[in-house]
Amino acid sequence: MEIPYTVHPHPVTGIPNGKLGIWLFLASEVMLFGALFSSYILLRVGAPSWPHGYEELSVPLATFNTLVLIASSVTMVMSWASLKLNQFGKFKLYLGLTVLLAFVFLVVKAFEYGHHFSAQEFPRTSTFLSIYFTITGLHGLHVIGGIVVNSYLLLPGSKMWKKDPDRFANRIEYAGLYWHFVDLVWIFLFPTLYLL
Amino acid sequence: MSDAVANHSVHAPAHHEELGFWRKYVFSTDHKVIGIWYGITALLFLFFGFSLMMLLRWQLAYPGQPLQLGWFTKLLGETRMPQGIMLPEFYNQLGAMHGTIMVFLGIVPLAVGAFGNYVMPLQIGAPDMAFPKINLASYWVYFIGGCVMLYSFFVPGGAPQSGWTSYAPLADIASTSQTYWLVGMIFLITSSLLGSINFIVTIVQLRAKGLSFFRLPFFVWAQFITSFLLLLAFPPLEAAGVLQLMDRVAGTSFFLPSGLVVSGQVLQNSGGGNPLLWQHLFWFLAHPEVYVLILPAMGIVSEIIANNTRKPLWGYRTLVYSIIFLGFMSFCVWAHHMFMTGMGTTMSNFFQTTTMIISIPSVVILTSLLLSLWKSSIRFNTPMLFALAFLPMFAIGGLTGLPLGLIAADIHLHDTWYVISHFHYVVAPGTIFALFAGIYYWYPKATGRQMNSFLGKLHFWPSLIFMNGVFFPMLLQGMAGLSRRLYDQTIYEHGKAVQPLSVYISISAWLLAIAQIPFIINFFWSMKKGKKVDSDNPWHSTTLEWATPTPPPHGNFIEPPEVFRGPYEYSVPGEDKDYTPQNERDTKNKKEDA
Repeated sequence: MEIPYTVHPHPVTGIPNGKLGIWLFLASEVMLFGALFSSYILLRVGAPSWPHGYEELSVPLATFNTLVLIASSVTMVMSWASLKLNQFGKFKLYLGLTVLLAFVFLVVKAFEYGHHFSAQEFPRTSTFLSIYFTITGLHGLHVIGGIVVNSYLLLPGSKMWKKDPDRFANRIEYAGLYWHFVDLVWIFLFPTLYLL
Repeated sequence: MSDAVANHSVHAPAHHEELGFWRKYVFSTDHKVIGIWYGITALLFLFFGFSLMMLLRWQLAYPGQPLQLGWFTKLLGETRMPQGIMLPEFYNQLGAMHGTIMVFLGIVPLAVGAFGNYVMPLQIGAPDMAFPKINLASYWVYFIGGCVMLYSFFVPGGAPQSGWTSYAPLADIASTSQTYWLVGMIFLITSSLLGSINFIVTIVQLRAKGLSFFRLPFFVWAQFITSFLLLLAFPPLEAAGVLQLMDRVAGTSFFLPSGLVVSGQVLQNSGGGNPLLWQHLFWFLAHPEVYVLILPAMGIVSEIIANNTRKPLWGYRTLVYSIIFLGFMSFCVWAHHMFMTGMGTTMSNFFQTTTMIISIPSVVILTSLLLSLWKSSIRFNTPMLFALAFLPMFAIGGLTGLPLGLIAADIHLHDTWYVISHFHYVVAPGTIFALFAGIYYWYPKATGRQMNSFLGKLHFWPSLIFMNGVFFPMLLQGMAGLSRRLYDQTIYEHGKAVQPLSVYISISAWLLAIAQIPFIINFFWSMKKGKKVDSDNPWHSTTLEWATPTPPPHGNFIEPPEVFRGPYEYSVPGEDKDYTPQNERDTKNKKEDA
């Protein structure tokens, strides 16, 4: 017997197995970041004083990074749409752009981190910096995870397009869902850490 | 995400090319092989965790006296038991690792990883799990996590000793091995995340034709709800683990308050952290975790009770609604573990109320199972004995929990041996008995042979007696006010008074270990010499796992099964036999004159 609904949707649920899987994974990720945001709130509420994010961190760099990530989400959708329109060249271009924008985000982030370190600001310096480094660090790891997955799909993984185009398009869609989630986390992180 | 599947569909129909030894037995993506691996590993960990406790019970029974076991004492060495006398540090290590290993490496992998993996896809008529490779990865990640935990015994300073709860700030300033504990936990959390996604997708997407949600065996429902708990409750512990790791490695103070004094010195850290935050995050996982421990056990017991009473379960829908509600409520009760932490009376009141509410569905489930026995002709085989014993044992465990959930009673009882007795009644004679029942019940399906019934009874009766010999006196010690954290209880007068009970408990625990010998013999002996089953369905059961060949091949079913009825159609009037399998068409097997 074959495992059913690996590529085509289940008639009742309307989605294939992988899509349900990725949504469940994202649900658990929500709980992970939810716990960290809750910790942030609890620590901040309990603290005698708490710095404003904009005093400690660079809002212009973070704004730039926000735009970079939003742009990368757009290119991610475009790459999936190109596949659906059977334009493999455009797909490669857009997915390549997504990976590139993710790198831009990380480079900017590295400048920010470097700036803090050179100013003798480390995670151990204050509770604000602890939570800042922890959450952005974990988010950074998720960005790196996205780069790994997208690069795989861009280069060796794209061979599947010839053999099994539906399945490959599904993979891009799932990678896209994950990538949008990583962006969404940042959309919450940015105001929480930098603006409030 | 599911390469194995694609390869199949590209190359050949399933069960097909012969796989080599490694692919067939070790790195197999077959859910049954993975389930058996989970089972063997988890049973070994269970035994190891039990051994730690047997060693610890020596100190509790005979505090400060040397344990003379020749080479074994020497093996433990000067840093743990010099001249056979247990050091307090080693005592703490044994306690912490007993809890960690039993919960995260023993029971959950056995109840979910082993039984869920082996039985659930068969019961829903699926050829395999939805993501076979992820399933394999989940086992190996669990295995690595287990190795990291075991390795922590050998790092300088010994194994983690901050309790299985790893409470901050103690765990923040503990020796190196605590870092291994955290890393090990992150592996285990990843494993259960992969597993739970797989379980949910399999149950939602891969049910056989005609197998609607309300035709699912209760065991599948239990695994379904359990998977949601694992999926949503574990990530907050992962977050907590990351924060504690930052505290230990990067020098942050998430859980370290300002001005913390350690060994007479004020700690040089930025401070501003909150030890209660750890407890909130930890118990947000660990309370649903309690239900992860008990729900699969309830599922197993329901299957066995329905099968051996030859009657439908009493109130199947009630059971299902109760377990859904139980799963939901288990996220709303975590702070009842924290009444005495000073978090405030408003919080305590809220969690006292939710705790009382959550006891309702538990009681409904237990009552339904009890009523299922009413007016049935029970077959007292080994699995049924264990399943029947589960009911009163779980009842004691559950009912002793009520006073702990009431703030006023908890003032006296919290952190005493009463608490230990309470949750062990749920998990040890409760869940572990259900797991034994499951092993005896599904063994014929996995091996094609029955386990010996005499050895089974020789396993059951002493286990039942000694389990109670271990845990019942603990209730008395707890009500006498004996703290569970004492290395030597005789330093207090009230501890001295109940010291003889400790000797009694320890001897019961060691006898309990001896009572497991028939099981171990039976388990291996029956593989080769057990009575061969006369059909694919030796228990005359109704659910789909018995419709496969024995043992089921890779791909499980010869023909895709189709389901026509509910899961427990036993003794249907007008049928010519007392069970009607789910995959049986309506027209067949009716009596001619009916």
